[in-house]
Amino acid sequence: MRSLLLLALLAASGAFAQPIRIGELNSYKVFPAFLEPYKKGMELAVEEINAAGGVHGRKLELLTRDDGGTPGDAVRVAEELITREKVHLLMGTFASHVGLAVANLANQRKVLFVASEPLTDKMVWENGNRYTFRLRPSTYMQTAMLIPEAAKLKKKRWAIVYPNYEYGQSATASFKRLLKQAQPEVDFVAEQAPPLGKIDAGAVVQALADAKPDAIFSSLFAADLQRFVREGNTRGLFKGRAVFNLLAGEPEYLDTLKDETPEGWWVTGYPWSEIRTPAHQKFLAAYQARWKDYPRQGSVVGYATVHSAANAIRRAGSTDTEKMVEALRGLEMPTPFGPIVWRALDHQSTMGAYVGQLARRGGRGVMVNWRFADGANFLPPFEEIRALRKD
Amino acid sequence: MSAASILHQFLNGLAGASTLFLVAAGLSLIFGVTRIVNFAHGSLVMLGMYLAVALSEVVGLWWALPCAALAVAAFGALIESVLLRRLYPAPELLQLLATFALVLIIRDYALWQWGPEDLLGPRAPGLAGAVMIIGQPFPAYDLFLIAVGPAVLGALWLLLTRTRWGTLVRAATQDREMASALGVNQRLLFTTVFALGALLAGLGGALQIPREPATLQVDLAVVSDAFVVVVVGGLGSIPGAFAAALLIAEIKAFCIALGYSKLTLVVEFLVMALVLVLRPWGLMGRMPTPARGPAAVEPPLASPSPRVLAGLCTLLTALALVPFATTGFTLVLLTDMLVFALFAVSLHFITGPAGLHSFGHAAYFGLGAYGAGILVVRIGAPMELSLAAAPLLAGAGAMLFGWFCVRLSGIYLAMLTLAFAQIAWSVAFQWDAVTGGSNGLIGIWPAPWLSSKAAYFWVVLGLACAAIALLWRALHSPFGYALRAARDSPLRADAIGIDARALQWAAFTVAGLFAGIAGALYAFSKGSISPESMAVARSVDGLVMVLLGGIQTLTGPLWGAALFTWLLDSLARGFDYWRAAIGCVILGLVLALPGGLGSLGGLLKRWGRA
Repeated sequence: MRSLLLLALLAASGAFAQPIRIGELNSYKVFPAFLEPYKKGMELAVEEINAAGGVHGRKLELLTRDDGGTPGDAVRVAEELITREKVHLLMGTFASHVGLAVANLANQRKVLFVASEPLTDKMVWENGNRYTFRLRPSTYMQTAMLIPEAAKLKKKRWAIVYPNYEYGQSATASFKRLLKQAQPEVDFVAEQAPPLGKIDAGAVVQALADAKPDAIFSSLFAADLQRFVREGNTRGLFKGRAVFNLLAGEPEYLDTLKDETPEGWWVTGYPWSEIRTPAHQKFLAAYQARWKDYPRQGSVVGYATVHSAANAIRRAGSTDTEKMVEALRGLEMPTPFGPIVWRALDHQSTMGAYVGQLARRGGRGVMVNWRFADGANFLPPFEEIRALRKD
Repeated sequence: MSAASILHQFLNGLAGASTLFLVAAGLSLIFGVTRIVNFAHGSLVMLGMYLAVALSEVVGLWWALPCAALAVAAFGALIESVLLRRLYPAPELLQLLATFALVLIIRDYALWQWGPEDLLGPRAPGLAGAVMIIGQPFPAYDLFLIAVGPAVLGALWLLLTRTRWGTLVRAATQDREMASALGVNQRLLFTTVFALGALLAGLGGALQIPREPATLQVDLAVVSDAFVVVVVGGLGSIPGAFAAALLIAEIKAFCIALGYSKLTLVVEFLVMALVLVLRPWGLMGRMPTPARGPAAVEPPLASPSPRVLAGLCTLLTALALVPFATTGFTLVLLTDMLVFALFAVSLHFITGPAGLHSFGHAAYFGLGAYGAGILVVRIGAPMELSLAAAPLLAGAGAMLFGWFCVRLSGIYLAMLTLAFAQIAWSVAFQWDAVTGGSNGLIGIWPAPWLSSKAAYFWVVLGLACAAIALLWRALHSPFGYALRAARDSPLRADAIGIDARALQWAAFTVAGLFAGIAGALYAFSKGSISPESMAVARSVDGLVMVLLGGIQTLTGPLWGAALFTWLLDSLARGFDYWRAAIGCVILGLVLALPGGLGSLGGLLKRWGRA
């Protein structure tokens, strides 16, 4: 009798309940610098949630998969997660084309997909669908965050350099359109589109210098950024010129520059050591205690995506896909970067980013003069989005 | 552009050409003597970069450069003597499979050893700054690089023309059999040549360190550039490699200078295609000596015995019944396997029996996939019609490219197929309005009556099996026999009135058409299509499948495709270092079964008799 009672108690407390299975896929071997910290962020969030009793008494179980970095493999892996592992929702992906392919599958199979990292605007606008949500501020949003400072400088001649694929192309298009709106007399004097990961930095820097721009807008990152910075420093490209660079303040890319860090650049990024908000302090302490390492941008993205999924299930009261979709629409929740809203209109979260300038401190790069840019303030008007979305 | 900027861009091109030349010269030497298509050459460059960064913290940059290069040379000698040496008697191209496995293993090793973040090395002490040239700053280190290229060229020239060892290398490059018949110690020669090639690769990588970070993506990016340089210059020709490196680096620099930076995505392949069409042996290459004597080392391809046929029919029936047992992930995986089996069989059709090695077969897979995607998404055609029409696009592409390709042979032909594939890829990558650019096209799903996994699986099973059967039938028709005759003895085939070139052109087109069927089936199974479907990696995957299965067997490509697809799926799930795991499995298979999986049956039979 007593054991029966114990059983009933256990069942009620949820220890016997089936765990909630989250299927996560990402290009771990193609972008390890971003995704290893990302994975740590996710694991921290799962441990926190489970230590606090899980969601509705059910533990979270995270199944991570390598998507090989190609849409075809990603779709196969996602199918495996859906059909064999019977996951309740999908999350993850890094590159734009992989994210779009998985979003397309999610729509076809009617499975919730919370995209964490892909930045393409099409994810939630042109190709947006009912089952797809995206956490990070998009290319458009991050570009828009740099526009106020760019327009304030009243520089007339701008040169642009970007990696030649979706992210760089749409960052460039948004930048040109938004800056032209803010400052109609602006002139774009040079445009360089090196292939991703294969920039010929010497020639690109020389070509940009030849155009004699007053300012430069770049969306380079990772190895391309390092080559560009070193060549530009040696050849004096950045002297007396304002430079704006998306993502360059993220520790993943900034830390590798060390004493090459170019002073004064305007960037979006994550000054992890200087953010003093209680939400971030709590995250930072937990992360450092768990991993004996400091968080990168990816850590925050992984952490916040898992919490978003958990909150959606909490609000839905079940793991039914349609209920989770409805719950996520308009969901408000805290993140290490402050409160966010998952917009019902286009399924974009209002997570923001930090905008600031680069500086060198003791041989490493840091962000100074930074401010937090709330994503909600850097989105186009509702009508524009409604016209783009087909549903 | 001012005169100063023209000069600066010219110097930029020279600096780029130097390292490119070093890497390409090593590759050229290795290929010239050992006939190994060394896919891992880029990995050796990557190792050189990482070692140089690591060593520069201990001994300083200038000492780190030679140390890193020597370490890579030692590693190269080790690879050659422990692994590749065992594969020289194996069917041609098999060494390619082994070096592909090395690429996977070395990349994961670098990730494990040096971590995921890019490592930016130190600037070169003494050459850290810039010098003013006509009023504009130019990196001092780049001037040093510009000098290194010609210096290495001179040293190699002396080594090859003024030493006994160099004479032997040249002899072996020109005619390996004759050199061996004259009593040249091949073992020592091959090992030393491989070590020298690796040394140049390691040095080429290490020299980059003051300019760019060591990253894990370097390997494949470098190796394709190096191959282009080697082929444009002419195989085995060191001055040719130098001229080609110079040509390509300068063209790239001036594309950027003139504002055509998007062209740098593909310009080296455009150059290569143009050179090969106009000068089939490269700028300074010589026509390779034709293989002499009874060239056909391969036993003739036998018709499948009744027992094999019965086995295949049983397998087909069993597969057709799978959807009654499960409608889960097994079907997804089997669909992938069937699609890739068809792709591999179509590649084997030209690579094996026709002897036309293609490094760019993904182009036709991709054309089929894009054909389907464009018809469905852009034109709104019904799925059934798109599936039927898409392969025609692939066939037309193969017909066009094939006309040029079959005029060449051997590695030149392979590289021309690669060039065309890269050109097709870059069109798909750039033509946003039609192909969706780097994102590709999404929303390519089967018609409603085929939307269930089981229904679509049956369609794939039916079409793939019918297509494979047709290809195999063709190999045992007069067309197939004539094709093999043209491969084994072009002279005799010509003498009995076989128009080899027309036959090969037809075979190329047919193979493209069937790869297109695979591509279209793939697009509908994934719901989307992106440029990756026609990238080099997919072409290489195809070759890996064919070689794993056995290039001189009939059914081998089936087993190769099934095994490789299954490995990718299961190992990627189980291990963090799954690339290395796949590499190890491939290496094991290469050593145990050089004839491929398809030769297993014959081996067992022979054991049974013994």
